[in-house]
Amino acid sequence: MKVKELLFKPVFENNPIALQILGICSALAVTSSLKVTIVMCIALTLVTAFSNFFVAAVRNFIPGSIRIIAQMTIIASLVIVVDQILKAVAYDISKQLSVFVGLIITNCIVMGRAEAYAMKNPPIPSFLDGIGNGLGYSVLLLTLAFIRELLGSGKLFGVEILSLTTDGGWYVSNGLMLLPPSAFFLIGLIIWGLRSWKPKQAEEAEFKIAANTKPKEV
Amino acid sequence: MEYYLSLFVRSIFIDNMALTFFLGMCTFMAVSKKVDAAIGLGVAVVVVLGLTVPINNLLYTYLLADGALAWAGLPNVDLSFLGLISYIGVIAALVQILEMVLDKYVPALYNALGVFLPLITVNCAIMGASLFMVERDYNFAESTVFGIGAGIGWALAIAVLAAIREKLKYSDVPAGLQGLGITFITVGLMSLGFMSFGGIDL
Repeated sequence: MKVKELLFKPVFENNPIALQILGICSALAVTSSLKVTIVMCIALTLVTAFSNFFVAAVRNFIPGSIRIIAQMTIIASLVIVVDQILKAVAYDISKQLSVFVGLIITNCIVMGRAEAYAMKNPPIPSFLDGIGNGLGYSVLLLTLAFIRELLGSGKLFGVEILSLTTDGGWYVSNGLMLLPPSAFFLIGLIIWGLRSWKPKQAEEAEFKIAANTKPKEV
Repeated sequence: MEYYLSLFVRSIFIDNMALTFFLGMCTFMAVSKKVDAAIGLGVAVVVVLGLTVPINNLLYTYLLADGALAWAGLPNVDLSFLGLISYIGVIAALVQILEMVLDKYVPALYNALGVFLPLITVNCAIMGASLFMVERDYNFAESTVFGIGAGIGWALAIAVLAAIREKLKYSDVPAGLQGLGITFITVGLMSLGFMSFGGIDL
């Protein structure tokens, strides 16, 4: 079995956010603090894995024309379970995540993997594929949250790392990092880094800019 | 009346679905290469949001909220945990119905919107608007105004991004940043621009 490939390929080779353009919404909105991000990542990984598992288990019984609704029902039920558990165990965090737990239903990673992988493969590989894509999502989100919380408020998990000038320290916090647009810039830069490292992922330019020609050559 | 007008303006500019709450980002990135397509999708989103938010509001007030079933003689029942699955059900069903109605009666519009309608079921802006409606306790009139406003805000954002991207393809972007990377950075700048509406108090 190609367990390793299923689990780790989505992390760098075929990252859901950086390459497949899936699940971007929550990546931007929940990453201003690490604690919230971790909860979100765990929730999403579990939902993706189990929805893949269940969809794969019933894949031969779902008629093609209503498969989207059937998948939606499975996913929505799983998200309700996650939402209720979060409300019971970690109420503060569930308040901070506000609508984004509910939005796991429409998170394209879950739906995309169910449709693209789980409908064609047996339950166990699908489960692993779900975990793998969840990991890919988590790696990118945690990197983002790490940078944003460290530079934005000088803390990691709420513990002070860089002492702020407001408390008599030396670090002037970068307010931009806590604002939503910084997430866009950071993801853009991460994609740039990833594609420079693995040039195969880069997209072709639609137009090539011609090199400057000197007037006398023309 | 003035209150609804300010709610409308606020949901378009200040609480812009795409650029302030980052909802519907996947389609936002994927279908913004051409202005025509972006406007088509934008119109479809306005229609679907304008319908689903009020319907989900009725569903919530009369069936799901705590004590909402009092009219049926069940004052102690709280079905709000069923919210998520009901909203997505309403959205999926409504998109399907809309598709069939348009196909039958307004084929021209159906041909224009056709390909985008199924995409909308999984657009998180639609689901997100319903969840915001519940979280902020909107009543029926407010949720109608909010639904349409949020839709127009989203449509505006995607049309503007598509216009920028049409010009952007002629610029000399570093290889790794080509396509998705530069789009993210552009959207970041747009989002900064929209934040300037943030201080306005309506």
